[in-house]
Amino acid sequence: MEKLIFEMSSAGRKGYSLPKLDVPEADLKSLIPPGLSRNTEAGLPEVSEFDCVRHFTRLSQLNYSLDTTFYPLGSCTMKYNPKINEKLAGLEEFAALHPYQPDSSIQGTLEILYETEQALSKICGMDGFTLQPAAGAHGELTGMLIVRAYHTSKGNPRKKVIIPDSAHGTNPASAALCGYEVVTVRSDKAGRVDLEALKALVDEEVAVLMLTNPNTLGLFEKNVKEIAGLLHKAGALLYLDGANLNALLGITRPGDMGFDIVHVNLHKTFSTPHGGGGPGSGPVGVKGHLLDYLPVPRIRQKRNKLTLDYDPKKTIGRVRAFYGNIGIIIRAYCYIRSLGWAGLKDAALDAILSANYLKARLKAHYQPAVDDEPCMHECVFSGKDKKEYGVRTLDIAKRLLDYGFYAPTVYFPLIVEEAIMVEPTETESKETLDAFIEAMIKIAEEAKTDPALLREAPHTTPVRRLDEVLAARELNLRWKSSGA
Amino acid sequence: MNYSPHTQKDKKEMLDAIGVPSVEDLLKAIPQEFRLQKLDLPEGISELELKALVSEKAAKNRSTRELTSFLGAGAYEHYIPEVVGTVISRGEFLTAYTPYQAEASQGTLQAIYEYQSLICELTGMDAANASMYDGASALAEAVLLAVRETGRRRVIFSSSLHPEYKQVIRTYLEGYKIELVEIAHRDGLFDEEGLKGQANEDAACVIMQNPNFFGFIENAEAIDAACHRCGALLIACVNPVSLGVLKSPGECNADIAVGEGQPLGIPLSYGGPYLGFFAVKEKHMRKMPGRIAGMTKDIEGKRGYVLTMQAREQHIRREKATSNICTNEGLMALAACVYLSLLGKEGIKEVARQNVLKSHYLKDGILKLSGYELMSGRPFFNEFIIRCGKDPDRIIGDLLKHGIIGGLPLGRFYPNMKNCMLICATETKTKEEIDRFVELLGKH
Repeated sequence: MEKLIFEMSSAGRKGYSLPKLDVPEADLKSLIPPGLSRNTEAGLPEVSEFDCVRHFTRLSQLNYSLDTTFYPLGSCTMKYNPKINEKLAGLEEFAALHPYQPDSSIQGTLEILYETEQALSKICGMDGFTLQPAAGAHGELTGMLIVRAYHTSKGNPRKKVIIPDSAHGTNPASAALCGYEVVTVRSDKAGRVDLEALKALVDEEVAVLMLTNPNTLGLFEKNVKEIAGLLHKAGALLYLDGANLNALLGITRPGDMGFDIVHVNLHKTFSTPHGGGGPGSGPVGVKGHLLDYLPVPRIRQKRNKLTLDYDPKKTIGRVRAFYGNIGIIIRAYCYIRSLGWAGLKDAALDAILSANYLKARLKAHYQPAVDDEPCMHECVFSGKDKKEYGVRTLDIAKRLLDYGFYAPTVYFPLIVEEAIMVEPTETESKETLDAFIEAMIKIAEEAKTDPALLREAPHTTPVRRLDEVLAARELNLRWKSSGA
Repeated sequence: MNYSPHTQKDKKEMLDAIGVPSVEDLLKAIPQEFRLQKLDLPEGISELELKALVSEKAAKNRSTRELTSFLGAGAYEHYIPEVVGTVISRGEFLTAYTPYQAEASQGTLQAIYEYQSLICELTGMDAANASMYDGASALAEAVLLAVRETGRRRVIFSSSLHPEYKQVIRTYLEGYKIELVEIAHRDGLFDEEGLKGQANEDAACVIMQNPNFFGFIENAEAIDAACHRCGALLIACVNPVSLGVLKSPGECNADIAVGEGQPLGIPLSYGGPYLGFFAVKEKHMRKMPGRIAGMTKDIEGKRGYVLTMQAREQHIRREKATSNICTNEGLMALAACVYLSLLGKEGIKEVARQNVLKSHYLKDGILKLSGYELMSGRPFFNEFIIRCGKDPDRIIGDLLKHGIIGGLPLGRFYPNMKNCMLICATETKTKEEIDRFVELLGKH
């Protein structure tokens, strides 16, 4: 394995260069009193620039990534991240802008932000968008704060948020962060909200229902109209977790189905790279009756100029410093402009086609969570029938790494035993899908003939199976000079 | 441009395998009344057209490369070694997801582990997480941790805390019954007497921003004493580059250290993506929000890394999680990791030293002019406040005509500071640029 950067350190090596100081030298002690100064120096490593380049290049090579490997993580929409968008977002005129520059010097950026808000409104059928949230869960928090502000303005913030048992963990966590009590509604075997169960839960203290559509089993929530009606009748709102928006682009719009609020993930549906864990961007769209609550600042058009409005009266306030993850938003803008209306719809259709193809070819070998109807952009299998060979879904996932594929999302949604959630996206070729299918079929065979091979997998990765229990028991979260 | 590789032949074969005649047959679950005829968006365009379109937008911006900027106030222009960009644009890092499959993500995981270690070294704290969205949201999460840990309801800070950070805390705490106590600053610093009066047994935490929003260096010792006397947690919100010369949060006896990591090799980008860093003393480790990488061994005893302490997180604990955060700012943490590795022990001190000397040279120049005075003579790091004889907005507007962004007028945040301007000089400013700025200021 690669050494830690600290282990490569040698006193006196330098990896940086700064211009010679061109202002008069002064004793720092005369400017910063000793009581305010640092006593022990920071133990940072000392390496050369070349050492540093090699180290991080070698580390990068230990990763599977979208650029190198099929990455079928369900719910994550790992589609190709176009290179031109990287280049354009990195232009100095965007990257070297200070967030407090006068509006007159940033009109180009404001135009992109404004047009992106408009485009997302049209794609989702909403009346307005904020681009500020930094990620999906941050969008959820923003959405829940809007819900709270809306109900508070009606005299009662209400107490409960209803969330299906098939939902992403961020939904209940975001609702709780906003001070709401989480009420779980049961799903049927297709992951759809059980209408009867929902009816029993909706009352005057319910603020909102957070729904994912298509749901986390990859199926369209057919009853969305009835669900919206139920909620609205009780004065509650309907929120869309837009993690699965890729399946809907140009085909249908959340706003038309009765959703009042939606968050979208630019790092999923709109092709921005995930960066090994962010930065993402989680814009939030709302219907007209909620526009006043969007966070500040808002972009406004005044006499052909764009400006930032910092004090709309009913706003929920600020959810982060400055405006948003601008670099990510620019990439998404490029994507939307490149594809246009027809390209976005084709993307959704091809994603749906690919997911159904995978399901059709794999269902003789893995049990689909739902088999009596087509899926949308992703499909979920259960690995429970492999347990008889002493093999679990985790083992199947690890074995896939040996075949050169990243693993699907596993053990989610929670309502499917030993879940395997596959999202191929529209940018993978049929050849890639076929190769993945072949590997999955071989693994199903291996589960029967050589289960130990799976249980001990992976065999070919830079490290073998890692001990997570040890990591949690003997916490080692940082390098220490005395030896880790 | 369309990035789907499916040919007509592919589609036909796939539909045959599924056993339906057309893709339309796969959409039957969507009620017809919700089907859309056509999105109201323009046609798609080619790469060439996209380049032209976006370049046209770019040309409407005037960047800090074209202009000479003396803006700081929470986002700082620093020298970014080329290697930082080279590393973070590698597809293996850029296009990977959160490292769920550890064995196939050792590059990302080891880098996070190194990043956590570097943040601990820099802040003098015991443990750090893999990143938060930005400095302001990291601070809000720190407040939530303090409220959880102490079971108390008062959050105390000074009016010298960044105004946008205050707003974010207010937003995040909307659903809680928390009392936010803002103490008016005294001559630019946290008012120690005011703090003593407010820090009682209901106080969950005291937030000390250092340097504070005005640029001044706080007297940490007094704040620490008042805070810990009543059993509240001390949250230090710091500029990481300043830690090359200033007392670290660890040395200040802070319980939680957070801050905006943008100065560590991340471009200004009009405010994002940035990097919230978050570090704690050992006893708060298991209450931290966010992803955390830990070292472990594989079945052959080889060293490796995994995401650990996941039982705190939303995908396991759902509504009982320590935070709702999922996607964070991984790639920005990698940038900071590369930056700190390149600068090393000596570099971080040198950058900090140059910031101190350049900003003080600028201050000395301005003080020689008539019509300007310092808001306070307190020690500062790389920015300070001047009072102007004229409306700062007019001065800023005029300087812009000369290619200079003069600083941040503070009237927008502090109505009683309408004649004040926050000015910053980092190591990126040359003596010549500073002299010219002073000369132009002198004409007002």
